[in-house]
Amino acid sequence: MKSLKLASASAISFAAATFAGASQAEDLTLCWAAWDPANALVELSKEFEAESGHKMSFEFVPWPNFADRMLNELNSGGQLCDLLIGDSQWIGGGAENGHYVKLNDFFEAEGIEMSDFADATVYAYSTWPKGTPNYYALPAMGDANGWFYRKDWFERDDIKAAFKEATGRELAEPETQKELLEVAQFFQGREIDGQTVYGAAIFTERGSEGITMGVTGALYPWGFKYENTPGSYDMEGAVNSPEAVEALEFYKEFYETATPPGYTNSYMGESLDAFKSGQVAMAMNWFAFFPGLYADPNTGGDKIDFFVNPPQNQPGSTLGGQGISVVSYSDKQDAALEYIKWFAQPEVQQKWWDLGGYSAHNAVLESPTFKDSAPFAGDFLEAMANVQDFWQEPAYAELLLAMQKRMHDYVVADQGTAQEALDLLIEDWTEVFEDEGKL
Amino acid sequence: MSSFSVTDPSPRSKWFAGTLVILYALITMVPLAWIMLTGFKSPSDAISYPPKVVFEPTLEGYVNLFTTRTRQTDEYLQANPPKTWYEEIVREYDMVIAGPSKFGERFLNSVIIGFGSTFLSIVLGTLAAYAFSRFKIPLADDLLFFILSTRMMPPIAVAIPIFLMYRQLGLSDTHLGMILLYTAVNISLAVWLLKGFIDEIPREYEEAALIDGYTRFQAFYKVVLPQAATGIASTAIFCLIFAWNEYAFAVLLTSGTAQTAPPFIPTIIGVGGLDWPAVAAGATIFLLPVMIFTILLRKHLLRGITFGAVRK
Amino acid sequence: MSESTATRAAAATPPRVARKIRGLSDRAIAWLFVGPTIFLLLAINIFPLIWTVRLSFTNFKANRNRPIEWIGTRNYERILTDSDIWLNMQATAHFLFWTIFFQVLIGFTLAYLINKKFKGNDLWTTIIVLPMMLSPAVVGNFWKFLYQPQIGLFNYVVGFFTGKDPSSFEMLGSVDLAPWSIVIVDTWMWTPFVMLICLAGLRSIPDYIYEAAEIDRASKLRQFFTITIPMVLPFLMLAVLFRGIENFKMFDLVVQLTGGGPGSTTELTSINLKREAFEKWRTGYASAYAIILFVTVFGLASIYVKALNKVKER
Repeated sequence: MKSLKLASASAISFAAATFAGASQAEDLTLCWAAWDPANALVELSKEFEAESGHKMSFEFVPWPNFADRMLNELNSGGQLCDLLIGDSQWIGGGAENGHYVKLNDFFEAEGIEMSDFADATVYAYSTWPKGTPNYYALPAMGDANGWFYRKDWFERDDIKAAFKEATGRELAEPETQKELLEVAQFFQGREIDGQTVYGAAIFTERGSEGITMGVTGALYPWGFKYENTPGSYDMEGAVNSPEAVEALEFYKEFYETATPPGYTNSYMGESLDAFKSGQVAMAMNWFAFFPGLYADPNTGGDKIDFFVNPPQNQPGSTLGGQGISVVSYSDKQDAALEYIKWFAQPEVQQKWWDLGGYSAHNAVLESPTFKDSAPFAGDFLEAMANVQDFWQEPAYAELLLAMQKRMHDYVVADQGTAQEALDLLIEDWTEVFEDEGKL
Repeated sequence: MSSFSVTDPSPRSKWFAGTLVILYALITMVPLAWIMLTGFKSPSDAISYPPKVVFEPTLEGYVNLFTTRTRQTDEYLQANPPKTWYEEIVREYDMVIAGPSKFGERFLNSVIIGFGSTFLSIVLGTLAAYAFSRFKIPLADDLLFFILSTRMMPPIAVAIPIFLMYRQLGLSDTHLGMILLYTAVNISLAVWLLKGFIDEIPREYEEAALIDGYTRFQAFYKVVLPQAATGIASTAIFCLIFAWNEYAFAVLLTSGTAQTAPPFIPTIIGVGGLDWPAVAAGATIFLLPVMIFTILLRKHLLRGITFGAVRK
Repeated sequence: MSESTATRAAAATPPRVARKIRGLSDRAIAWLFVGPTIFLLLAINIFPLIWTVRLSFTNFKANRNRPIEWIGTRNYERILTDSDIWLNMQATAHFLFWTIFFQVLIGFTLAYLINKKFKGNDLWTTIIVLPMMLSPAVVGNFWKFLYQPQIGLFNYVVGFFTGKDPSSFEMLGSVDLAPWSIVIVDTWMWTPFVMLICLAGLRSIPDYIYEAAEIDRASKLRQFFTITIPMVLPFLMLAVLFRGIENFKMFDLVVQLTGGGPGSTTELTSINLKREAFEKWRTGYASAYAIILFVTVFGLASIYVKALNKVKER
């Protein structure tokens, strides 16, 4: 009740204030995850500080704790963050529970067009209900789950010969999920330069969203669907389709036969560590990290290359990325909106990409120089063309935690079968939607 | 009897017992020693295989603990040579120091909340303990048990309504909110411990003072308090240690402004995953005060950990 | 708050002002002194508890704006019939039983050895006690590092003594070992606690009892079982009570170590409760869960205390 009142009150006050246009120097706090792109945003924001006179502070939380901390902060009506770059799945809750300020009027008043941003990102990061012109965020950071590998190893003659002998194929960037596994298995346990190396680092983390983000990387290419008909919540036969079962079994086989020992609870950080320490030939991770990986003095540059999550029955990548929202509990909403207005400018967006952030602005993405501006830029466009996201329902956390449990129980703790895991998942999800009154 | 006591162990069994205990003590110290060592390792030494016992010490972990760093272009790096020793350490990774990290703030929060709640618990606890010790209070035993039983609730269970209550009152993520909460948790310990200490002060002292014309308050203030000083001090340290170490409430009810060090330290990340040397450095700084307090407290330790149930 | 400041002011009042309050009866002073504490506990412990009870009969979700519905005892039924929750209870029971078992075993042995009063036993006792005073979250997090296959010290040391490859087993990642990895860390932290209490028990046994037994020519072994053990038992039981309650509430250490994984192998009830309450935000459901846990611990503790008192009386 309280937050609803707050939300409407703040919506009114914001409307009044924006058009009054009064501005005084504020100390704004922006909350986001603690990762490479966040450093780039700090650099970028220095310009905003100089232009506007506002001071920017940042609160960056590591990924494994990010959702927990920030959703707790929003739900407690906290005023820590004025601006929040929140994960795509939070948009439903952010909108329905009144955590985020609705931006339609503001966009209209300032002439910010959503059509200037890539469709997939607007759909995923900004709209609620999905696909309707109700905007609660500006696409801030496009992202998807992709792969990177040791190019120097893939190019070595001895390794290439050994691969040819083992599989009868040429060693190259995998074209399908099954090839991916084959390559990973080939590297598993191999001696390279006197060190035992392993196939690939994949996501298996239990606590937040890790294993779900990893598993969906296999599910989507196999043709997994959340519902038979979108919006109907009928999951029987979709979530546990034969393709989904096969994909899940595939991921478990991948985990068991092609990952380094001890990677039972690994997510972004562990994947980066495994790759940078030369332990693995390949690793999955978000595109967000690719600029940093490419710049790494030890395993970057010539030694690394990137590829999109390979298709199987169809192309498909797990969506990451975030939109930037104004928190409705903030009492500095005008200044926060000023920041968004500044951030939406094409020049700033270009600079954002140059510094290592993934702009979602068409002016940047469609620029003829974009594809060649980084070795992963083309892959990024390709990935974003076929992204799928998890549920974005207000009850997303319940849905996610259920999936985390079922997937980790099956893949890592080796309990039951893939069919059983997915059947149980449907039961869990059905219960959630019943509680929601949607079933 | 005096030269040969049947209850005094033989020199051989003493030696045997001593060896075993010392062995256990040494083994038990290994993890703590490892934390402190890791704080002085470079990130690559920290994750080397096999684990390194001998290494070249560096302050990198401590520098990373207290700073945030960003990558910079080669031109920038060449144009701005490092000025200080800590800049130099960061430069080895082509980074520059962007500013102080949040560790200082979080540590300060721990200090503020720790001392604030300790002060409150001691003030309230001393008063209540004195009353329980000296006056006939109806249902005193039940009340005392009630005070103790509040400690049996799982913190997560308590946190649910506290979260809702603080949200209504605007106490979420505030120092005041955390101080009040820790006081409420600590007060059972304070009352039980202090009651024991005050029980030990002979009533005759106060009675003499009352006869001399002191009021109850004066007798309490001028006679009992000085006598109970040691007890109050050790109770205070126990309260402080609890507040210092507490994690569950801190992680659920604070997000930034009032967040203490325990939820923060495990999340110090470097360029990839956890920056172990920095985590170890933070842990070292955070654990050392408690170790010192423990040594100071050793005489009253037993009493503190059993709520005064065991006194000797 | 205002009440507490008032009393504080009164306590520190100079005589001239205090004289005005001189008229207060002892009873009034007693309530004045106890009042603030009771008030604080009512406000921050009891009122929330009652609130939790109320919420436990609703479908309230703290992250939503929808109207609250009364759903009777449905939350309780769901929890008690949920097989996953029984698995959490089993994990908790496993953790409770084995931590107490090892802590009593090692703690008592250590206390027995220290009681031999060898030279420097005070110093070593203080050193042994250190782990239990430290922050479980911070230390638990570091143990995660020690448990890493390959790079972790623990696996390396085990490998060194058993000849096993340090990367061949995963203390935190394998379903078989993870429940033991948390038992090891908790035992490392809390054995000194049991030790200290046992030591107090051993030291409370007057020498003359042993001397009398010696005159009766009772063997050392017999003395141990007829004097030492019965005399220390009440102390030991007290130690078990404290450890039992604390470990039933266990959260910080295990969350840092395994986060409940792999799968749900080490998902103790507190961790599960945290997920329900603060990640899924099923506030009503979690409230019912909290009440069930509270009743369980309170009930078990009460029965235990009765037993303890019986032992003491003997």
